[in-house]
Amino acid sequence: MIGATHYVALSLILLCIGLVGVMVRRNFITVLMSLELMFNAVNINLIAFSFRLGDLTGQVLAIFVITIAAAEAAIGLGLIIALVRLKDTVALEEADEMGG
Amino acid sequence: MDFLVDNFGSILFYVVAGITVATAIGVVAFRNPVHAAISLLVTFLMVAVLFIMSHAEFLAAVQVLVYAGGIMVLYLFVIMLVRIADIGPGKVFLSGLAPLAVLGGVVLGCLIAIGILLGSMAAGDGGAAAMTAINGEAIGNTEAVGWLLYMKYLVPFEIVSVVLLVAMIGAIVFGRRDAGLAGAVEEVEP
Repeated sequence: MIGATHYVALSLILLCIGLVGVMVRRNFITVLMSLELMFNAVNINLIAFSFRLGDLTGQVLAIFVITIAAAEAAIGLGLIIALVRLKDTVALEEADEMGG
Repeated sequence: MDFLVDNFGSILFYVVAGITVATAIGVVAFRNPVHAAISLLVTFLMVAVLFIMSHAEFLAAVQVLVYAGGIMVLYLFVIMLVRIADIGPGKVFLSGLAPLAVLGGVVLGCLIAIGILLGSMAAGDGGAAAMTAINGEAIGNTEAVGWLLYMKYLVPFEIVSVVLLVAMIGAIVFGRRDAGLAGAVEEVEP
């Protein structure tokens, strides 16, 4: 029998993979994709508890998360285009104007 | 054969979860961003299957339409637009901190896993109640979610639409050719 714990465990694994991806990758595009993985982990969590508790609020929240993810993708990819225009690269360590 | 039939739900979950985790690792590990994007696409589709298994059919459709359809096309578009050769060979990960970051991710995962285990021991792990009825009337998942979204959560819905508008304007500003970014950096670096 598959219960909420299985879904939460899967969500945890996805979140950690996404987190590691955000921290270690050099390519800005892949970092944004890892971020999408973390969004998906959150959505799995919300849907699992929506099912477990018999409450649709989790699904509505997941819709909001997807909307914010779409906004994040638009902004992030705009940033990539601006970075490529400025530096001619998508490598994150090249973007060090602010001393990072 | 009986085993397969009796445990179909569990087997399906483990297969789908396995593919999800494998493709998610692929997103992080693939050298070529196009391969990572295709891997991410499979992850999105598998997550949609998980949504269907949790009786969130509308969310599954939204997942396929918005993520697999919209966001993935946007990513592939940008990957094609940017020259991959600029990333340089041999350097996929940021130097130095990568093992530390992986260690940090694993430690965080272990901590949350302990929390999940304790929580599931405390709360049990039962099945779900039916949730496709509002005001005692049996309706489909899409109608139920829509009812909740436009009746109870109308104000958050409007706020999120404003966030989307801001994101759209921001993307247009970043995308303009004379965005002023190049000039600003030249001023900073004399």
